[in-house]
Amino acid sequence: MQIYNAPLRDMRFVMHELHDSASLAKLPGLEDATPDLLDSVLEEAAKFITATLLPLNASGDAEGCHYDNGVVRTPKGFKEAYKAFTEGGWGALSSAPEYGGQGLPESASKLVEEMICACNLAFGLYPGLSHGAYLALKSHGSPELKDLYLPKLVNGIWAGTMCLTESHCGTDLGLLRTKAAPQADGSYKLNGSKIFISAGEHDLAENIIHLVLARLPDAPPGVKGISLFVVPKYLPRADGTVGPANGVSCAGIEHKMGIKASATCQINFNDATGWLVGEPHKGMRAMFVMMNSERLSVGTQGLGVGEVAYQSAVAYAKERLQGRSLAGAKHPEKPADPIIVHPDVRRMLMTMRAYNEGCRALGVWVANALDRMERLGDSKERTEAEDFVALMTPIVKALFTDLGFESANLGVQTFGGHGFIVDHGMEQFVRDSRIAMIYEGTNGVQALDLVGRKMPANMGRSLRRFFHPVSAFIDANGADPAVGPLIQSFARNFGALQLATAFIAQKSLSDPEEAGAASTDYLRMFGMVALGYMWIRAAKVASEKLPSAVGEDAEFYKAKLATARFFIERLLPPAGALLYVIKAGKAPVMGLEEAAF
Amino acid sequence: MEAIRKATVIGSGVMGAGIAAQFANAGIPVLLLDIVPEGASNRNVLAEGAIAKMLKTEPAPFMSARAAKLVTPGNIDDHLAQVAECDWIVEAIIERLDLKQALYRKLDAVRRPGTAVSSNTSTIPLHLLTEGMSAEFQRDFLITHFFNPPRYMRLLEIVTSPATDPQLADTVANFADEKLGKSIVRCKDSPGFIANRLGVYWLQVGVIEAIDAKLDVEDADQAISKPLGIPKTGVFGLIDLVGLDLMPHINASLAKALPAGDAFHVANRDLPLITKMIADGNTGRKGKGGFYRLNRDGGGKAKETIDLLSGDYRPERKRDRPELAAAGKNLRAFLSGDGVLARYTWRVLGQTLAYAASLIPEAAEDVNSIDEAMRLGYNWRWGPFELIDKLGAGWLADKLAADNLPVPALLRAASDKTFYRFEGSQRQYLGVDGAYHEAQRPAGVLMLEDIKRASKPVLKNGSASVWDLGDGVLCFEFTSKSNSLDDQIMALLGKSIGLVQEKYKALVVYNEGQHFSVGANLGLALFAANIAAWSEIEKLIAAGQQTYKALKYAPFPVVSAPAGMALGGGCEILLHSDAVQAHAESYIGLVECGVGVVPGWGGCKEMLSRWQTSGLLPRGPMPAVAKVFETVSTATVSKSAAEAKEHLFLKPSDGITMNRYRLLADAKALALKLADGYVPPHPVDLKLPGVAGKLALTMAADSFHKRGIATDHDVVVAGELAEVLSGGPADLVDVVNEEQLLTLERASFMRLLKTDATLARIEHMLVTGKPLRN
Repeated sequence: MQIYNAPLRDMRFVMHELHDSASLAKLPGLEDATPDLLDSVLEEAAKFITATLLPLNASGDAEGCHYDNGVVRTPKGFKEAYKAFTEGGWGALSSAPEYGGQGLPESASKLVEEMICACNLAFGLYPGLSHGAYLALKSHGSPELKDLYLPKLVNGIWAGTMCLTESHCGTDLGLLRTKAAPQADGSYKLNGSKIFISAGEHDLAENIIHLVLARLPDAPPGVKGISLFVVPKYLPRADGTVGPANGVSCAGIEHKMGIKASATCQINFNDATGWLVGEPHKGMRAMFVMMNSERLSVGTQGLGVGEVAYQSAVAYAKERLQGRSLAGAKHPEKPADPIIVHPDVRRMLMTMRAYNEGCRALGVWVANALDRMERLGDSKERTEAEDFVALMTPIVKALFTDLGFESANLGVQTFGGHGFIVDHGMEQFVRDSRIAMIYEGTNGVQALDLVGRKMPANMGRSLRRFFHPVSAFIDANGADPAVGPLIQSFARNFGALQLATAFIAQKSLSDPEEAGAASTDYLRMFGMVALGYMWIRAAKVASEKLPSAVGEDAEFYKAKLATARFFIERLLPPAGALLYVIKAGKAPVMGLEEAAF
Repeated sequence: MEAIRKATVIGSGVMGAGIAAQFANAGIPVLLLDIVPEGASNRNVLAEGAIAKMLKTEPAPFMSARAAKLVTPGNIDDHLAQVAECDWIVEAIIERLDLKQALYRKLDAVRRPGTAVSSNTSTIPLHLLTEGMSAEFQRDFLITHFFNPPRYMRLLEIVTSPATDPQLADTVANFADEKLGKSIVRCKDSPGFIANRLGVYWLQVGVIEAIDAKLDVEDADQAISKPLGIPKTGVFGLIDLVGLDLMPHINASLAKALPAGDAFHVANRDLPLITKMIADGNTGRKGKGGFYRLNRDGGGKAKETIDLLSGDYRPERKRDRPELAAAGKNLRAFLSGDGVLARYTWRVLGQTLAYAASLIPEAAEDVNSIDEAMRLGYNWRWGPFELIDKLGAGWLADKLAADNLPVPALLRAASDKTFYRFEGSQRQYLGVDGAYHEAQRPAGVLMLEDIKRASKPVLKNGSASVWDLGDGVLCFEFTSKSNSLDDQIMALLGKSIGLVQEKYKALVVYNEGQHFSVGANLGLALFAANIAAWSEIEKLIAAGQQTYKALKYAPFPVVSAPAGMALGGGCEILLHSDAVQAHAESYIGLVECGVGVVPGWGGCKEMLSRWQTSGLLPRGPMPAVAKVFETVSTATVSKSAAEAKEHLFLKPSDGITMNRYRLLADAKALALKLADGYVPPHPVDLKLPGVAGKLALTMAADSFHKRGIATDHDVVVAGELAEVLSGGPADLVDVVNEEQLLTLERASFMRLLKTDATLARIEHMLVTGKPLRN
């Protein structure tokens, strides 16, 4: 069974106790975002999302989307759920109030996204894509475009897409061919074909607003010649109502491994009317504005699936009776002990739990910085937030989705054969979470972004925003009687990360392939050390609060300390040991001649 | 004439005054004479005015205030007789044959026979200058053509006639080489001599080809610069610098003097654009603007550029030209391309190189002279024939022919050869006779470049090498980028100390980079700081301190020989050397405070010890501390070796070499002199003022802050510097030893490095090359 109860206690811990949620309310526009308000938003979201979306997860997966002569239908129940979802305003939590959004902090929005992804990843893509289109239009669209489109994208009456990929180009967008020809009235005619367009066509909204990358006639070659256009499925009238059909059609949907309830479309543009967003040839810049937020969202997908897989696995491990504890029967009254008594099952559950809680903590840290970056005026603090977000974005995207997939796999493993069959819904998590490692920049591309762009930028200035607080925390708390030993263990792995960073920086000065060969291992190492930092900080908070805590709170802090210890002592050391892998350099990776493959 | 002890320069314009200043820089008393302007009450007003102006000019013509006092102003009406006391008279008056000859006649009447007379003319042939002059005058006369500014430009073209006394010419040349620091290129008596003949042709071709190709000035200057090893001013930027108004004059005088059939006549066409620009007062940097200008209309500072076709200014558009980066790697492939920029570069370079080849033997005896003239006179990284060797003479000849351009005979003759080759380590050049000849260094010149070609390093790692100079002397060479100092240099320095102790007599620290060393590798330090690798950084600081200390107390002499910048850690190595033999153009300073740290490799310690033992200051611990605080907190950099002595970055006994080529030989000789009976120095204990002294220094810094001279972070940095210099927690009478001071340096350095403001300073310096005032 797919089981999910939103981890509200942990979410509160992360927002208020680990990270200082009260300081968010000091940011311009977040004056009302008090801890109390955030708590009640999350509580309401948890109720609605669990009740509405979780029941449609397995059925949507089984039914999939339907394509018939250009028309796409979503699985049974999606339409009603979408209506309720948008009417509740759940897709517009962090959108600007001036366009009908609720103006909540990114952290709250990302935590709600986590719930959505846990309950129904495929469903989440529809409002998710609308939000992506909203961000791109909001940052670079003209006032007229914004006034026309943003309110309806925010309230969900219209949906949005991002049309980037073409059959011959995905990662390397410089190759794309879709053309845009300027018209006398200031609009453009677009012609071309896009593939892999999530939510490209469906029956949930009255209009679909495509944000399309295309080339102008005078465009220079490569990525410096790409412009961004807004191309609606139906041309809006001046009064905002839906007008005649535009030259946009859906030529088919993909049959794929997972997220089957999400329509992945091939979209053709035949003399479709569109309008330029931002400056000519600067389309990639407009796209990158929303990239930080979008990549954090994809990371959140990994976390959401990891959480539901964990909860489902825990329930099963407590019920499933097989064999006896190695230490002697724990439940002699039953025919066998539940499998949760076994250390190796515990290992799997603890791993999933430690990943999930660690990622949640790290995700909120980055989301808070995203708020500072977007809401502060030009200042040292904003630059610091920008540096931090730039540095952590590839890590959050790749690490969270890698770990989410690992957790989904461990979930299946915990179920044994019952995980492999469709009935328990565990194999769906494996299939659904797989895509998150691929889209919005494959995890390999994220790793290259980290070592190739983020690490060397400004002589490593972005790194400072992670390494300095960590180093200072170790110095300040390494001798703490309660958590000092844990921090010392962590510090050894942090030291390994410092060495790996210096090694790659130096090696790649003379040979960029060295950075490429180390990139994925380095990102994993960095990400795990970052989770480790979250864990020692969580342990420090828990150890301080435990003595005065009672009841559920006391149990919560005890669990935190135990999980922190598991992470630092069982999961972190292999990541630290990646230093040796990295130090092997590119030679073992590139040693075989291309022709020998 | 055996030696030159006193000189006269006549004509106090920019060139004459500058030449006089360079005599003074060499320690030679010099008379600077000019005419008496009509109705002047002060009859020396021109020469005096020239000296006064030079004292305010940047870059400074004088190397020190003391040098300026060696110039005596005068006028030719009252003081010409004094030339009888002088051994060399340089004429640098207006370029008019009649006036020059009139002056020569007057000079001939008062000078001592056998004293050298030379003209700094750049356009009048020698045979015209001496026409009708006495045989004695013709025997003692030659042309010495300096380049502007005379202190900094290392080229000196010398032209003699068959009548010139060869021994006298040699005396002048040797003096100019050793004392004035010039590199001598002997030229034939042909129009424009070598550097300007070729340089003017090159600029003219650069302009007309750009106009014909309808290029942007920015693009043209990007092409005819870095990829060819030519300074970044390119063609148009250089003309702006020289002055557009000079172009028509120089071109006309060259055109008049050059024989029909010279390629210059083809290039020398009228350019209405330049005529108009001159008429508008847009004569370059000295005028309202040039090809480039800063438009300050409306209080702004808009960079603008002339459009070559319309003649109007438009906003500057500097575009990335990736093809030019490739040109640096494979010039021939680039020049073969058919892009507009490739085509332009080829047209300019091809014709310039061909013209260079046509100047032999008419203007120059050999290719070497032309290459040296362009390297030192126009700061080209490679001379024309070195460029031809990169391209292939045969390839060049074929491509010129394919473009219907004339192919000089020399180029044809060399088509299957190179102009330079090495026989073993001996550099040879191709003569007009088709045979290779040895390229001889002037007597007594020792170049590391030659030693490196002839031998293998004794020790070597990624950032430094050690070479055997012979006679028991090793040379330690930095090889890192900008000769920045890092852990590898410290490691190899440590190793070298052991090696010299074992098998050699002395160590010279020297290299032939543009700058001796710009200091510690800041990029490395910043990256390490960004990843909070504090213990690694502190280890590097400690290692540097111990290595420099070992250098100081090694049982053999260490002589450092800087040229160009010796900053931060590069200055500290000088401070730890037994002696320094510095090139006159050495710019030395402890600039750490500029990037938000304090000198950490013993710089504070050595400067304190120098000033406390100098005898130049009142007694007591405070004066030396205050002096060093003032010098270091303001990141003072000396503008010459002479000035470095005033700051005690150099000791009074340290040597100064005027000619860059002679620096290593002088340093080696000094090292060998010291090796005889060498005794290492004794450690010095310092009396420092402690907490009370620190308070006085920080109060001074605070008052600068209140007056808006010091920034917020300046105060923090000055506070740490004060902490170190005052001896930390020392009491007024405490004696502080070297180790304790090093510990204080390290602690302050680390505290500052952990501040965001210091890291912002370092990052800004690395990215922009300028200090951040935060």
